[in-house]
Amino acid sequence: MSTATTALAGKAARDVRFLDSTIGKKVVMAITGVILVGFVIGHLLGNLQVYQGPHALDVYAEKLKSLPPLLWGTRIVLLISVGLHIWSAVTLAGLQKRARPVGYVKLKPVTSTYASRTMYWSGPILALFIVYHLLHFTTGQAHPQFVEGKVHQNLVLGFQNPLVSASYILAMLMLGMHLYHGVWSMFQTVGVNHPKYTPMLKKLAAAVSAFLVIGNISIPISVLAGVIK
Amino acid sequence: MKLTLHVWRQKNAASQGKMERYEVEANEHMSFLEMLDVLNEELIGKGQEPVAFDHDCREGICGSCGFVINGVAHGPMPGTTVCQLHMRHFKAGDELYLEPWRASAFPVVKDLVVDRGAFDRIIASGGYISASTGSAPDANAVPIPKKYADLSMDAAQCIGCGACVAACPNASASLFTSAKISHLGVLPQGEPERRERALRMVATATAEGFGNCTNIGECEAVCPKGIRLEFIARMNRDYIQASWLQRQESSAGGVG
Repeated sequence: MSTATTALAGKAARDVRFLDSTIGKKVVMAITGVILVGFVIGHLLGNLQVYQGPHALDVYAEKLKSLPPLLWGTRIVLLISVGLHIWSAVTLAGLQKRARPVGYVKLKPVTSTYASRTMYWSGPILALFIVYHLLHFTTGQAHPQFVEGKVHQNLVLGFQNPLVSASYILAMLMLGMHLYHGVWSMFQTVGVNHPKYTPMLKKLAAAVSAFLVIGNISIPISVLAGVIK
Repeated sequence: MKLTLHVWRQKNAASQGKMERYEVEANEHMSFLEMLDVLNEELIGKGQEPVAFDHDCREGICGSCGFVINGVAHGPMPGTTVCQLHMRHFKAGDELYLEPWRASAFPVVKDLVVDRGAFDRIIASGGYISASTGSAPDANAVPIPKKYADLSMDAAQCIGCGACVAACPNASASLFTSAKISHLGVLPQGEPERRERALRMVATATAEGFGNCTNIGECEAVCPKGIRLEFIARMNRDYIQASWLQRQESSAGGVG
């Protein structure tokens, strides 16, 4: 009995220490990142049905809503993932501030990508976009002509406003940048780095980003161009 | 060649520093530090305080020297320390900004000199092998495949200059710590303490005030010894395994 309690205390202490550590927090960021990337890929694949005519999206939305465990299970997992992803970023950003209180007069990055250096900017912008996106197409408060259940019509009317389309296009470019670094970076964080695989992982990150940016941006552009009606 | 230098001048750890402008006449055969020696002789001749900078071997292997030149740790040439940087890579009229490594864990001692004692404390917390050494063992008494010996030597090249911390936007000591963890961990002599070592050294680096790694790669690019990000992944692996798989010691264990 006593051994069991000690073991448990030891294990619990270890979990806390792991989450306290910089590497532990980065692992949390990487794992939640995998979940979120998986979601945005699935989200785009679903949304590309918009090209199959005016009813396909409505039918797809109906199907998702008829499966509450799947719908709400996904939503809960996503909410937790986003929360942990932000928690990890915020705590680590605080550490960064303390680690270099005095900056350089001149600083010239040598190899790092613009995407990798701006993760602390692209992240919060994406978080704001997600809030707007949910209010716009899911709950409708930010959509003047919103009709519950008329997914295709909401989408077309929403994107016919060039300002709305522009904000979506900008947000998707941010997402592309965030993932150009993030998709490769999460492997490095959990310890996957090998001369054979790392170049492939960097290409994978570029491919995932390009797919998401092109796929998502094509929708507002198609609406503005009159291809989707 | 005439150069304009903007140098960080700071009297001591407690005082406020600022950039000061100097003009110096150098020639292309000088090393960067020799150019500073010329400047310092001029300053001494004028009765002014010379610019303090760390240096020792001036052969690029001791790890003493280093500061940031125009925003790049150890200057514009890849794979060199400041002492091995030569003035032929600059041209007359260049304007150069010289700043010390910037990190709260590396407090400025004077001008371009910083206190890198934090690195020593990271090593002291686990960068060793607990074995009675006695006299030197026979070479090859413990057979080690070449690829592991090579990997260990690649990590062991780290001279602890601190450029990785200086170049990192998070002032993280991950590249240094991972090199010191890896050069022992890939060898059989270092294997028994591999995970405990990762736990202790990573914890010490954070306690010393270094930031976290964001996989940006600036450290690797400025490292005069070519230490690779691969070692940081290896450190993360060791750390994750140590956190989740480490067994607790038990007084009842191991009695047969």
